[in-house]
Amino acid sequence: MTGDFRGNWVYLAASPLLGLTVTLVAYTAGDWLYQKSRRNPLLNPVLIAVVLLVGFLFATGIDYQTYFEGAQFVHFLLGTATVALAVPLYEQFDKVRRSALAILGAVLIGSATASLSAVAIAWVLGASRETLVSLAPKSATTPIAMGIAERLKGLPSLTAVVVILTGILGAALGPPVLNLIRVRDWKARGLAMGVAAHGIGTARALQVDAVAGAFSGLAMGLNGLATAILLPLLYRLIF
Amino acid sequence: MALPFITLLLLCQLAGEVIVLATGLPVPGPVVGMAVLFFGLIARGAIPADLRATASGLLRHLSLLFVPAGVGVVLHLSLLVDEWLAISAALIGSTVLTIAATALAMVGLARLRGPAGPGSDAPGSHAR
Repeated sequence: MTGDFRGNWVYLAASPLLGLTVTLVAYTAGDWLYQKSRRNPLLNPVLIAVVLLVGFLFATGIDYQTYFEGAQFVHFLLGTATVALAVPLYEQFDKVRRSALAILGAVLIGSATASLSAVAIAWVLGASRETLVSLAPKSATTPIAMGIAERLKGLPSLTAVVVILTGILGAALGPPVLNLIRVRDWKARGLAMGVAAHGIGTARALQVDAVAGAFSGLAMGLNGLATAILLPLLYRLIF
Repeated sequence: MALPFITLLLLCQLAGEVIVLATGLPVPGPVVGMAVLFFGLIARGAIPADLRATASGLLRHLSLLFVPAGVGVVLHLSLLVDEWLAISAALIGSTVLTIAATALAMVGLARLRGPAGPGSDAPGSHAR
């Protein structure tokens, strides 16, 4: 036993190993709780992991930058995972070719609804410019949304937070809203989940129905692309 | 996960970044990387089995990858407290609107392109 606990702690707290390890531990705990609750959408593993890690940072006094030096190894893979989305996109390419025009139209309408309604509601309620710009790409998947927020001089880390909240909300609200408006077609249900709630909505759709999952994944990719291309153009027109 | 295909994914990502830097496209590098790989697959006409395994291994833990960015909430707690009403109303309202608009648009557009059922639906009929 070394008597220098404090010294060891200071060394560990500054090491990337700690940030990386607590991220995986928190996510594993979140996923365990989620499975235990029979996948209750309110116990989303991302939400639980974030709450646990924020509590950990407050309890230990470690700042976000230090934490991120370790967590960046996980974060970096988001870009690579985005590239990997080409594989499911290609797999579904043949399946969806027949309704390609309907899909494209629905994704464009959904993508425009997501950005415009979020910005309009927040603007009416007096949100700041930074918040408005950070909210606009909220339905695109995180790496895309953060990239857009950065280009439009928003706050990428705030965008990441609202994107993740949007995903959790969409996964929880999607099925009841779709039942309420009586849309029973799995293709349309999956598409709606993917446009509104990106990867987190897709994870939920995959649990319910394979067709819904496939269309959700496709919608997530297309919506990401549509948001990335259209939003900077819209922004130039409006501001 | 096969190493050659991790390398392929990284090469596509790098190509995406280079293309964005060279052209000034208003799109994030990984999205262009996704397009590079997608068109590569179309040109090849098939997905190598190991690439499928590598991609699905990465995508199976997709939600874990959101965590470090989500913890960034600690940087914006005061902004979130100040603007909580606008932000939560915008997120809830627009999520509900987006889900409804997308699903109804898909159902409507699919019907417009071809009433695929037997017997012709009268235009504007409420199919249940």
